[in-house]
Amino acid sequence: MSERSERILDAGEVERVLGRMASEIVEATGGAERVGIVGIRRGGVALSARLAQAVAGLGPEAPPVGSVDIALYRDDAATALPDPKIGPSVVPFDVAGRDVVLVDDVLQTGRTVRAAIECLLDYGRPRRIWLAVLLDRGGRELPVAADFVGRTLEVPAGAKVRVELAEEAAEPGDGAVLVRAGETP
Amino acid sequence: MTRPFRHPHLLDITSLTTEDVVQILDTAEALFEVSRRPVRKVPTLRGKTVINLFYEASTRTRTSFELAGKRLSADTVNMSTASSSVKKGESLYDTCKTLEAMHPDIVVIRHGASGAPHYVAKNMRCSVVNAGDGMHAHPTQALLDAFTIRRSKGTLAGLKVAICGDVAHSRVARSNARLLRLFGCDVRIAGPRTLVPKHFAEAFDVSVYERLEPALDDADVVMALRIQQERLSQALLPSLREYARTFGLSEDRLAGAKDDAIVMHPGPMNRGVEIDPELADGPRSVVLDQVEAGVAVRMAVLYLLAGDAGAAPTGPRGA
Repeated sequence: MSERSERILDAGEVERVLGRMASEIVEATGGAERVGIVGIRRGGVALSARLAQAVAGLGPEAPPVGSVDIALYRDDAATALPDPKIGPSVVPFDVAGRDVVLVDDVLQTGRTVRAAIECLLDYGRPRRIWLAVLLDRGGRELPVAADFVGRTLEVPAGAKVRVELAEEAAEPGDGAVLVRAGETP
Repeated sequence: MTRPFRHPHLLDITSLTTEDVVQILDTAEALFEVSRRPVRKVPTLRGKTVINLFYEASTRTRTSFELAGKRLSADTVNMSTASSSVKKGESLYDTCKTLEAMHPDIVVIRHGASGAPHYVAKNMRCSVVNAGDGMHAHPTQALLDAFTIRRSKGTLAGLKVAICGDVAHSRVARSNARLLRLFGCDVRIAGPRTLVPKHFAEAFDVSVYERLEPALDDADVVMALRIQQERLSQALLPSLREYARTFGLSEDRLAGAKDDAIVMHPGPMNRGVEIDPELADGPRSVVLDQVEAGVAVRMAVLYLLAGDAGAAPTGPRGA
């Protein structure tokens, strides 16, 4: 089966988009001292570190960073476990009273975000939860909306979107790639 | 790389591969943190039913399974024989069929007869977890011990582990020996000749000693076993004081073990018999870590078995 891939974002664009999102986060929340950034495993983890770095560059303080794994909060956990692996959730700061920005690479159905919100609430009661995603590809199955979006792009359900950050990609440099499968059988 | 858990039941360690054990321990590692959160409950097994069926007295195992189920949001029901129809003469078969009609997803059973959990697994259409059967097996105890050792030592591979005391009556010793041999541990058994079965060394591929010192030499891990006064007859042991003098673990006796050797006990402890109180409460003791690990390991077992719900299990699988 052949695949055709298109580059949606290149390294320079990822950098610029993250910079803009960081400014929006600081503006919306009123500064890093009240913000915590939590990546949704696994796609949102490297991105959350990047975003935290960008936010830190805009103010006196670096926001604390954590990560959540949604395996235990999936809405199909008890019926089907083709992949029962649970990753660690690490929230090394008190979320109570903070503005917490959940970060994921791609937003599609909204089910992952629903689960991540529920997980985060088990660590305390944030003042507000925000959602930041690098790519909003459409295809929502739950009423979920992102507050900070890098790029919006309507992608058909069969296609895949891959976000690769330099720190975890096989190839050097950041980027987001749209992969359309099944061009020829 | 992950895969679905391949077993419908957890009946003994013998049925498990090294890979299965690692999968359970890794899952437990991820679940360990849940019990330390402000909200110690996740919604994973919402709508699932777990019945704890205990035919023998138990505090920690029953409480541990109950909390494990509840922290995963399963509906958990405890049935102890003292307050059940078993007192009125109901057979195990009829109890199985009665409970089955209530549609549990998992039955956790402790029973005085070896093999009782296997019998239940054959006669009920749900997953069965052995919480200790006679002198046969106590798989979740061996798993939580392995979890505790791995956390403390970083690995299980190749460790020198001494298991000391009443091996004959101990399902804990049997399950632990099986599991540790899977990881190539050097397992040394130490106990009076009357309390170590004759063919134990060959059956479990371990070394057997009639004195503590050679078993403890250079050991990474020292496990004390409880003297099971309820299963013991006078003929096997002259007196508890005599036993404490020759096989009781103490700081002095541990002189030959590694400096960072840890001391374990499955509980409940007979302080001053198989273990000296100072050792039990001292810095080498990981007894309370074992208890904490127990909840995480049992959560992992319930989680992995509940995930197998697609294929309605009818009997034990694997060798």
